[in-house]
Amino acid sequence: MSEHTPTIEMRNVSKHFGSVIALSDISMKVDSGEVMCLLGDNGAGKSTLIKTLSGVYRPTEGELLLEGKPTRFKSPAYALDAGIATVYQDLAMIPLMSITRNFFMGREPTVGWGPFKRIAWKHADRVAKQEMAKIGIDVRDPGQPVGTLSGGERQCVAIARAVYFGAKVLILDEPTSALGVKQASVVLRYIAKARADGLAVIFITHNVHHAYPVADAFTLLKRGTSLGTFRKDEISREEVLNMMAGGAEMESLDAELAEFQRSDQESKARQNGNTASLPGGPQQAYAAGDQ
Amino acid sequence: MKSNASPQPADAAMAPQDERLQRIPFWKKALGRPELGALAGTILVLTFFLVVARGTGMFTPSGILNFLEVAAQLGIIATAAALLMIGGEFDLSIGSMIGLAGILIAIPVVQYGWPLWAAILLAFSCAALVGATNGYLVNRTGLPSFIVTLGFLFILRGLAIGISRLLTGRTQIGGIHQHLPGDWLAALFSGEVATGLFGWMAAQGWIATNFAGNPVVTGIPISIVWWLGLTAVATWVLLCTPYGNWIFASGGDANAARNSGVPVHRVKISLFVFTAFSATVFACLQVMDTGSADTIRGLLKELEAIIAVVIGGALLTGGYGSAIGAALGALIFGLVQMGIFYTGVNTDWFQVFLGAMLLVAVLFNNFMRKKAMEAK
Repeated sequence: MSEHTPTIEMRNVSKHFGSVIALSDISMKVDSGEVMCLLGDNGAGKSTLIKTLSGVYRPTEGELLLEGKPTRFKSPAYALDAGIATVYQDLAMIPLMSITRNFFMGREPTVGWGPFKRIAWKHADRVAKQEMAKIGIDVRDPGQPVGTLSGGERQCVAIARAVYFGAKVLILDEPTSALGVKQASVVLRYIAKARADGLAVIFITHNVHHAYPVADAFTLLKRGTSLGTFRKDEISREEVLNMMAGGAEMESLDAELAEFQRSDQESKARQNGNTASLPGGPQQAYAAGDQ
Repeated sequence: MKSNASPQPADAAMAPQDERLQRIPFWKKALGRPELGALAGTILVLTFFLVVARGTGMFTPSGILNFLEVAAQLGIIATAAALLMIGGEFDLSIGSMIGLAGILIAIPVVQYGWPLWAAILLAFSCAALVGATNGYLVNRTGLPSFIVTLGFLFILRGLAIGISRLLTGRTQIGGIHQHLPGDWLAALFSGEVATGLFGWMAAQGWIATNFAGNPVVTGIPISIVWWLGLTAVATWVLLCTPYGNWIFASGGDANAARNSGVPVHRVKISLFVFTAFSATVFACLQVMDTGSADTIRGLLKELEAIIAVVIGGALLTGGYGSAIGAALGALIFGLVQMGIFYTGVNTDWFQVFLGAMLLVAVLFNNFMRKKAMEAK
């Protein structure tokens, strides 16, 4: 059967904020066991797109299909219940809380009954330790604060948590952007593992070098529209990079830079002529007096 | 997860797992607890007064109950303030709520002949409403709770004065004692417990008796029971329940908590309701004890509660702290206040000590937090 249902699919999704069109007519689908890389510059609409996927926003037009069924999420909690887990850039980790407390935040396992219901700490600690060991991070004490972990490790805790709670779709918002090379590779390796476990992964980044090794397909966003989806075998790293930066724009940028340089030189030449009446003079004095 | 055969990270996971599993010494674990500073402070202050106030009667049974009662009153509101601060918010309206709750109990009883229990229920209902309003406004407006509750500090105090002057023409209302006997709800807020035990101890000659052979100390004031009970419940909630985890999460990073499915708004509203509840408990105890209500009761109590909580190791920024710490903070407060009284030092110096103690506690907490983040 060649016509299988993708795990998650967006059909002609648009999102408007008042008169601002943040997303327009985006279509995209991700299968299980596939890493879709969402690329785009700042302001391209990446964040709006993932917030629409994760239930923070509702699309103005178009529909969202989860395993073939049209879906509308009332809040992120509903998306989470449906199996769409989002790992945000700011990690959704609380540094002063222990690894276990973070791992089970919002979904604490309990034992006991009625008012005596309490967190099953032994079980929770064991699971947190196990899940961390699975991704190659040996936690000495799951009660230690998350703040003691490195950035890459924290990111991995967040991903491990999502996987443990049965996510079908994993949305990663810039998971590697704040990390060094070595830390980033820890996260990338784990993304590959999540894919092997059969998750549909949507990986948002603007770093092609991080994206290219793990991605199966790329969707490029620009100013709220999609430039298209490309399979990895259809496109080279350089082509992705070029499209992201916008080949034509790069050329015009070159032209602009040359223009800046020229006008710079001109103004310098002018200033050398009459330094006495600098326009910045009185303003500076005012600023100083203001303080 | 099914893929056990997936490629393992080369560096970390290759090392044998148990190598880093050394036992953590107890003292090192204790260093990570927020209440450590308060415990050290309590021992220090206690030792100090054991030496200095030796033979002044501070450490006789009645002396001990004296400073425990001071600690208990503050501890009741400090417990709630601690939970709220861990949840990332302040409540500056606690003190005014105490004043208003007292008035709400006294006026219906004295002026309109309500039974005491009905007036107490009225006070608790109004407190719940005030707490919920505080929480709702903080959630809804996104304003700092400092500002919202500062507003209510004045609103509630003004209401207390306004209502009582309007309805009774006075700002002090007495004569509640005569309504006390036989009231089932008021019994929860008045009297002493373990009177039998104290009588027995007196009979054994273990504690001092007066000329009639009755013990000088007849029982443990009920405020101490409330204090210990609330502290125990709050500690249990914080350490053992999902709701406790939500409190830490809401205060640590409300956004992250929300993204993980924690109902941050509900948690915060319930915490504001709890502080208003604790203020009303305080008011009930005070009204039953003194037999009167006064519109200026509870003045500055909100700040004292915050001091106790901070001395107890909580971070002003939220997400970290403990109810036991707050109880110890209140105990230090009681020890110093009564200690200064017993040692005959001019009580003016109490506030100097309190302020200095607050600063030391905050510095110590910041230092400890840094240490906790370093401990690998």
